[in-house]
Amino acid sequence: MPETLQRRPPPVEGRGWLEPLPAATRFSFRGGSGAIEALSRAYGVPLPTAACRAASAGPRAALRLGPDEYLLIAPAAEGASLAPMLATALGSLPHSLVEVSHRQVAFAVQGPYAEWLLQSGCPLDLDLGPFPIGMCTRSLFHKAEITLWRTGPTTFRVEAWRSFAGYVVELLADSALELPA
Amino acid sequence: MLIIDCPYCGPRPELEFAHGGQAHVVRPADPAAASDDDWLQYLYLRDNTRGVFAERWRHARGCGRFFNALRDTTTDQFLATYRAGEQPPAVPRDRP
Amino acid sequence: MSRFRTTRGGRIDRSRPVRFRFDGRDYEGFAGDTLAAALLASGVHLLGRSFKYHRPRGILAAGAEEPNALVTVVRDAARRTPNLRATQIEVYEGLVAESQNRWPSLALDVGAVNGLFAAFLPAGFYNKTFMWPRSAWHALYEPRIRAAAGLGVAPGLPDPDRYAQRYAHCDVLVVGAGPAGLAAAAGAASAGARVILCDEQHEFGGSLLAERGATIDAMAAADWIVAQHAALASNPRVTLLPRTTAFGYFPHNNVGLCERITDHLARPPAALPRERLWQVRAREVIFATGAIERPLVFPGNDRPGVMLASAARSYLNRYGVQVGSRAVVLAGSDAAYAAALDLAAGGVAIALIADVREPGRAQGPAATAARDAGLAVETSMTALGTSGRRRVSGVHLGRVGNDGSIRPAASLRCDVLLMSGGYTPSVHLHSQSRGKLEFDAAFGAFVPGTAAERTRCAGGVRATHTLGAALEDGAAAGVAAALAATGHAAAAHRYAARLPEARLEGTPGALPQPAGAVPPAKAFVDFQNDVTTRDLALARREGFESIEHIKRYTTTGMATDQGKTSGLNALGFVAAESERRIPEVGLTTYRMPYTPVTFGSFAGVARGELFDPLRKTPSHDWVVAQGGVFEDVGQWKRTRYFPLGGESLRAAVDRECLAVRQHVGMFDASTLGKIEVVGRDAATFLNRLYVNNWSTLAPGRARYGILLRDDGFVYDDGVVARLAEDRFHVTTTTGGAARVFGMMEDYIQTEWTDLSVWITSTTEQWAVIALQGPRARDVLAGLVSGVDLSPAALPHMAVAHGRICGVPMMLFRVSFSGELGFEINVPADYGAETWAAIHAAGQAHRITPYGTEAMHVLRAEKGYIIVGQDTDGTMTPDDAGVAWAIGKAKSDFVGKRGLARAALRRPDRKQLVGLATVDPGVVLEEGAQVVATPGQAVPLQMIGHVTSSYHSPVLGRSIALAAIVGGRARTGQTLYVPMPGADIPVQVTPPVFYDRDGARLNA
Repeated sequence: MPETLQRRPPPVEGRGWLEPLPAATRFSFRGGSGAIEALSRAYGVPLPTAACRAASAGPRAALRLGPDEYLLIAPAAEGASLAPMLATALGSLPHSLVEVSHRQVAFAVQGPYAEWLLQSGCPLDLDLGPFPIGMCTRSLFHKAEITLWRTGPTTFRVEAWRSFAGYVVELLADSALELPA
Repeated sequence: MLIIDCPYCGPRPELEFAHGGQAHVVRPADPAAASDDDWLQYLYLRDNTRGVFAERWRHARGCGRFFNALRDTTTDQFLATYRAGEQPPAVPRDRP
Repeated sequence: MSRFRTTRGGRIDRSRPVRFRFDGRDYEGFAGDTLAAALLASGVHLLGRSFKYHRPRGILAAGAEEPNALVTVVRDAARRTPNLRATQIEVYEGLVAESQNRWPSLALDVGAVNGLFAAFLPAGFYNKTFMWPRSAWHALYEPRIRAAAGLGVAPGLPDPDRYAQRYAHCDVLVVGAGPAGLAAAAGAASAGARVILCDEQHEFGGSLLAERGATIDAMAAADWIVAQHAALASNPRVTLLPRTTAFGYFPHNNVGLCERITDHLARPPAALPRERLWQVRAREVIFATGAIERPLVFPGNDRPGVMLASAARSYLNRYGVQVGSRAVVLAGSDAAYAAALDLAAGGVAIALIADVREPGRAQGPAATAARDAGLAVETSMTALGTSGRRRVSGVHLGRVGNDGSIRPAASLRCDVLLMSGGYTPSVHLHSQSRGKLEFDAAFGAFVPGTAAERTRCAGGVRATHTLGAALEDGAAAGVAAALAATGHAAAAHRYAARLPEARLEGTPGALPQPAGAVPPAKAFVDFQNDVTTRDLALARREGFESIEHIKRYTTTGMATDQGKTSGLNALGFVAAESERRIPEVGLTTYRMPYTPVTFGSFAGVARGELFDPLRKTPSHDWVVAQGGVFEDVGQWKRTRYFPLGGESLRAAVDRECLAVRQHVGMFDASTLGKIEVVGRDAATFLNRLYVNNWSTLAPGRARYGILLRDDGFVYDDGVVARLAEDRFHVTTTTGGAARVFGMMEDYIQTEWTDLSVWITSTTEQWAVIALQGPRARDVLAGLVSGVDLSPAALPHMAVAHGRICGVPMMLFRVSFSGELGFEINVPADYGAETWAAIHAAGQAHRITPYGTEAMHVLRAEKGYIIVGQDTDGTMTPDDAGVAWAIGKAKSDFVGKRGLARAALRRPDRKQLVGLATVDPGVVLEEGAQVVATPGQAVPLQMIGHVTSSYHSPVLGRSIALAAIVGGRARTGQTLYVPMPGADIPVQVTPPVFYDRDGARLNA
């Protein structure tokens, strides 16, 4: 039998204004208020109750993508331990916890032109006023769905389903041709 | 491109939404008991309103929620959006 | 030095001469020139031939409204931009431009013979002349007409330039950077608003750029523009967009802008896109779009050298160009006097100001100033015709008596004839936003009325009369818009402006002509589409009353300039002819784009590989290395087949199919849609949604599921596995993944809100590798751990968890080939390596990778349907032969009531059956029709169609599936597939061609 295979996410080439982010453990969590409270305690991140907001504690983050939907992002190394731990904490509370670690790819769009680059394909207003630090949402980049999370004044975490990631990156790179060297 | 006020996320561009047809079309509780005419009505017959129309939208590229909206089909202006299951709010329905 | 260039003045940079080429001749202009200005400076007035009559045409205007001077700018073979207005092209070193619509040359145009046959090209000539025979239209008439009457020629090569797009948001968008627009932007910015200010020209200032002597806040206008621009540019919340046309208004304050980035550059940097399409979303929009001067309509008004008065003034004051040496000025508005005064001061002889108005209406300040300056003025005049060939050489004037009679008055020599018929506010965008228009009878034009969206108009577009009024209007609009958008108030700056009042009102329509006399020449209303007063009168005589009908019959206003100079004159003429008021005649709809926009700009980056997301599966790179051939399935790239050593498609597919039947094949099935259904009520939910009974499915087992719409027709299908009491793994068709997900969400959120269930898309979480064939188990055995692969432990339609090559695996014992089969699901980041590992381990078992083509043959041999290929949205489960899947005991599921409709239970519905051609070598065409008897006359009585058809290598013959009326009862009958040349006889068979008892599947 061959040796254990290595996890190889779709490659994303770093370009300064764009940097690949490490492979992660991800869960899509759905549930009512009881489950949200239980998960907040077990996960160690209070799940945000405001629409389109993210919260994080250490390396773990929770993005509120819908009224009962959260994307949990944690280090890849926690993959094996996190699922049973969370499942135990949730017990019989009505909920859905589905691992989607490999479904999507993450990269950072950063620097003084981050907003400008993303506006080439994202129809939302990404100005710091209407899209402050800590805001997250699903949206579109051209024809691809993305999850966008502003982690700093000039830094966004972009997640795209794995087969769309290349499309998103190539389109960003096309815009970036205009950036000053 | 319209701006649609998602009841969960706030105003968003139409690109993120999918139209879901006429709102408040009720699936018969006991389909087996529905007459052919009732079933035909439920399946196929829809209003084609000139003026304020209650319609379904889904914030498909956002929070994923279905909700309802009152839109004036002559002006494309939204008078209200509200959550699925809620009754349409009272709005002035007179068109200029 | 060009003959007609002044020695000083204007906004051109005389220190930067620019050489360019027009129709093969070299010219020189200055930086800051437009092509039109530079050609006029060289005395060139003939720039093109007209659309229909090939009449010589010159330059009418100085801006976007230019209808005549359309040219093609050529950079190289692929970069040819036709139909650009010479009045908007900025000259650059090495610019090459060509005139259009002339053959063999501009000066000698054979097509001008059309003018001799003009009587045969009246309004509606398309409709009348070429009605019969119909077949001749495409073959004969249309190509000839297109060749004879046309615009520039599009390049034949792919566009090598890049085009960018972006979304932008602001509190206040100001369209137009004339005095009102600049004041509006400054006002909005002073309240702290995010402002975008765009203007189609390369420099801001609008009408001020052509003024001399105007002052604002004690500054010369030119200095004020600089100061205003600098203040706005230094504000980080203000975005300034010169060379940017607001071409269209879309609902909810979404405005389309086209920014031209490199067209004015001699050597465009490779890093820059040629154009950028902006989709601006503004809380408030201000249209400061100004107004356009109207031509006067009289015989011979299209001769080169006949020009708008404001244009002549603009060429002189802005570009330092004298448009002629001796001018006659036809004044239908006071603007003509201002032009006459400036031109006279600039050394142009003014032969006469012929005011077409009565003495009482020719009394404005400008008229007084002209008289004071000693210019000759006559009133109650009209123009009866012009002389000259390729340039006007004289004008024949008439005098209108008190009784309306017209007598010839004088024939004056001139080399330029200026005219001003009044001004038409540029209400295009306001009207596109469904804002109301009101006819201002005193001004003689439509002005903006009530807004329909959060927009307002300011300045010349509202027919303001003075510079001060325009500035005040703009400033007020700016602060009001900012307040409405942001809630922040600011005081509107009060500008002190000095500029003589210009009364811009006029009377749209045609100048009066002697009654009964046949005019000596055509009087053009629409220059670009060659529509004359005769055409409009003819349309009326033929019964067209509505302006919308007259427009379409005569094509007036339908050219690329959209009637900017002609629309109101056409209305005025029709109104006068029909003795109605202009508002009674109506108004045609303004449509985007304001000026033409390149296709490249709309396409943006969506070209080639970036046209659409190009989704690749985990095996993609491996397949590329193997020389596999891909096909597009929706957005996915799927492997179609793996040719070995120059194999044909047929040879490769035969080999791949036989390998699966005899040994083992591997197939990338990752594109299958996957949805995880989780919750206490997951089984209840699926019971209500799918036709099947899921309550009896034990965890660890899977079942073929069918999803209907509520009308009873098949919507999707796929294997559904129960992973736990409260957790199902649902697969969908590749193309159906998104819509099935949406349908599930719809029922969960809006129909069955009582259920505790959620769905999550896991399509891309899993890489799926199908391993099919009698030796599939042998390949797997060496790779997996934690799973008992024996038939007893893992029978057909069982699911197990374990590891493959050390990584977590979900293993399905399923088959879409009819052979012993497995589908190995691994987390997708392991997919590529798992694929390679299986391929390597399979070598000992003669493993063969296969593609979608072989997959199709294998499944068709087994009669497995493909939703969307063998079904078409009007087939029930019974029609498709899968009614066995329906849970008979269920009281309801989506589609159950639909299926009970009488029409869906008729025995003569189309049913899916097999077809075997009598000649086993003939492979039917998919989509071919089926008939019961051969040799039928047209129309044939069609009883069905072929849905799937392949050569089956294992059977050594062709096979097909078909939807046939009452098909199952026809088993054994001979039917016919009519094709060109022959009716192909086929025999109706059951849809399963191979291994009917399923022995191989259960191995």
